[in-house]
Amino acid sequence: MKPPPFKYLAPDSLEQALELMAQFGKEAKLLAGGQSLIPAMNFRVAQPAVLVDLNRITALDYIQTQGDGSLAVGAMTRQRELEFDPQLAERVPLLHECMPHVAHPQIRNRGTLGGSLAHADPAAELPVVALATSARMRAQSSEGERWIEANQFFQGMFTTALQPGEILVEVVFPPAQAGTGWSFLETSRRRGDYAMLGVAAGLSLNAQGICSEARLVYMNAGDGPIAARQAAAGLSGQRPGPEAFEQAAAAAQEEIDPLGNVHASVDYQRHLATVLTRRALAIAAGRARGNGSSPVADAA
Amino acid sequence: MDNLLLSLAVNGQPTERQVEPRLLLSDFLRHELGLTGTHVGCEHGVCGACTVQFDGEPVRSCLMLAVQADGHTVTTVEGLASSREQLHPLQQAFWEAHGLQCGFCTPGFLMTLVPFLAENPDPSEREIREAISGNLCRCTGYQNIVAAVRLAADRLGAG
Repeated sequence: MKPPPFKYLAPDSLEQALELMAQFGKEAKLLAGGQSLIPAMNFRVAQPAVLVDLNRITALDYIQTQGDGSLAVGAMTRQRELEFDPQLAERVPLLHECMPHVAHPQIRNRGTLGGSLAHADPAAELPVVALATSARMRAQSSEGERWIEANQFFQGMFTTALQPGEILVEVVFPPAQAGTGWSFLETSRRRGDYAMLGVAAGLSLNAQGICSEARLVYMNAGDGPIAARQAAAGLSGQRPGPEAFEQAAAAAQEEIDPLGNVHASVDYQRHLATVLTRRALAIAAGRARGNGSSPVADAA
Repeated sequence: MDNLLLSLAVNGQPTERQVEPRLLLSDFLRHELGLTGTHVGCEHGVCGACTVQFDGEPVRSCLMLAVQADGHTVTTVEGLASSREQLHPLQQAFWEAHGLQCGFCTPGFLMTLVPFLAENPDPSEREIREAISGNLCRCTGYQNIVAAVRLAADRLGAG
């Protein structure tokens, strides 16, 4: 239960970190909040030869509303900062709602947004939020920078589009849309544990109250954050209500691919998907109509 | 691998040591500094027994490398009481309300809850239970821990 020896480097700037990553490539692992990497090293599941600690790079720690209403978050921003940031409820209501579900306060004090996304745990909340909101990831290497869309970023179990030598530096959440409501629900054995299943639902309504677009993304339902695209597409053009939600839930629970685990069988995970989808859509619709507590819906 | 110089403040005391990069903060506190009040349970971030305050915020010391504490401040359970005779009000409340039996988890609970009460001086039962969700206790069933937090909150509020 102790990490094997490694070379430890703690650069003060992103430039230095990029140089080190160019130098060590696949040998090096980036240390962000360490709330998943350090346990993996304690178990010796991860045995990096070189550890590049990003915690001294304060330039990667920020939450900024941009001119177009999008929210730019530095990759090393602590989850606890996001949880209490006053802009979040209005700018990215789904992220705001999900934050208290991310592990425990002690973990959120260290854990970072970028670290969680780069780790790409299928049972984690933040990748689900990034995919549901169509967040964009900015990656930098010594060669330059590139933007990666959320639907390209997550490539499977603990796998992302990031290449050796690249560092995820920023995440941009698109502006909140009037007439759109979001909801996040999960079921776990104990609060703060990995959920047996979770769902992020987004619903956009037109002036007639008809659904123009829907999003359904699932947690712990496959090899990464899993979008139920067909189930969501089926909601378009429908009047939101119990019947439409029931249909979407039934379609979604078939579309996902839960793996089952010691806490929940595959059948139970599908059952949870059905129930949580129904509930999440009802909450999202209420917020989209401005009946709920979402400030975005209120503004609509 | 080469040892690195680590310079930090623990319970207000400036401290310097040469340490291996792979040394966990929890093991540094216990083995290098002899501060064995920080308990080590699961060593993978589940049980919360090793919780300390890092720059005033509760963190799991088994999920940090000691070298990451360079230039920072760490408070352990040994730093809570103002003197050997005078327990911290939360420690006193744990004692009086029977918030512990074997005591293994207690340091982690205390280090989690002191900053919680500073942020939220009048918590509801639900808020207390949420605050301790990251700490496991196998003896008390949590009932008396919640009662101890309420008792401490009442006293701190009255004071």
